Amino acid sequence: MSVKTVGTPEQSREPDLSTTTSRRPAGTLYRGREGMWSWVLHRITGVAIFFFLLVHVLDTALVRVSPEAYNAVIGTYQTPIMGLGEVALVGAIVFHAFNGIRIILIDFWSKGTVYQRVMFYVVIGLWAITMIGFVPRHLINVFSH
Amino acid sequence: MTSTTIESPRTPAGSAKTRGINWEKWGWVYMRVSGVVLLVLIFGHLFVNLMVGEGVKAIDFAFVGGKWSDPFWMVWDTLMLWLAMIHGGNGMRTIVNDYARTPVLRKVLKGAILASVVVLIALGTLVVFTFDPCPPVTADQAHLLPSFCPAP
Repeated sequence: MSVKTVGTPEQSREPDLSTTTSRRPAGTLYRGREGMWSWVLHRITGVAIFFFLLVHVLDTALVRVSPEAYNAVIGTYQTPIMGLGEVALVGAIVFHAFNGIRIILIDFWSKGTVYQRVMFYVVIGLWAITMIGFVPRHLINVFSH
Repeated sequence: MTSTTIESPRTPAGSAKTRGINWEKWGWVYMRVSGVVLLVLIFGHLFVNLMVGEGVKAIDFAFVGGKWSDPFWMVWDTLMLWLAMIHGGNGMRTIVNDYARTPVLRKVLKGAILASVVVLIALGTLVVFTFDPCPPVTADQAHLLPSFCPAP
């Protein structure tokens, strides 16, 4: 059953602009700054990974057609342009994975909401370390063999 | 004169369900549980396929044949397929719920998501478990097979 409010508008949970000097909206992680941008990045990387996954299941299914068909298609993953695409894909996956852990900690760790902003920068830091480990080795494989 | 009733801003579009299984809650739980498992499965997948040896350059039919002759990787990849497709499909459903406004568009998009998830899980599972690493090939293609295959 829906609650009907007739005449009296719901009281706003946010402080009235005349009584606060803060420019940041209160009471939410998800509006403005790190909380919002991590959410935006989580969505964009999630959608990108989903569409890659659709293609990746189909290209892998070609092993059931013939060795020749599979090798022809997987060969296109080994070109320099796709090599750079794989850097973007791995970057998206690593961010989505680490930020996913951050979301779980916000939900279940009692201090999660207090440290959500710090954890965003931890995510960025771990992402950078992982990419420093991955990118040079991958690009050497793509460009030198 | 008719009076206009303005609903509270957070009133759900439909009537709130109070009985039966709370699917939205279990969907929420699923995203977190599968997310943690997928982190391990996908990081392992990426490490073995892109970091070890010559990385992406070493992937070909013989490479896949070698992996899928081992039940360990068959189970790993099948688990990854199911968990990832459902995780991704449910994430896409959330996005459709947020941005698609008309009921028809929402139905069409969610139907397309469900269809692609079901078809790809079925296809992928079938491929992993009916895969033959040493299929009958003509002599000129024998070199594409894994090294453990008997000579034709």
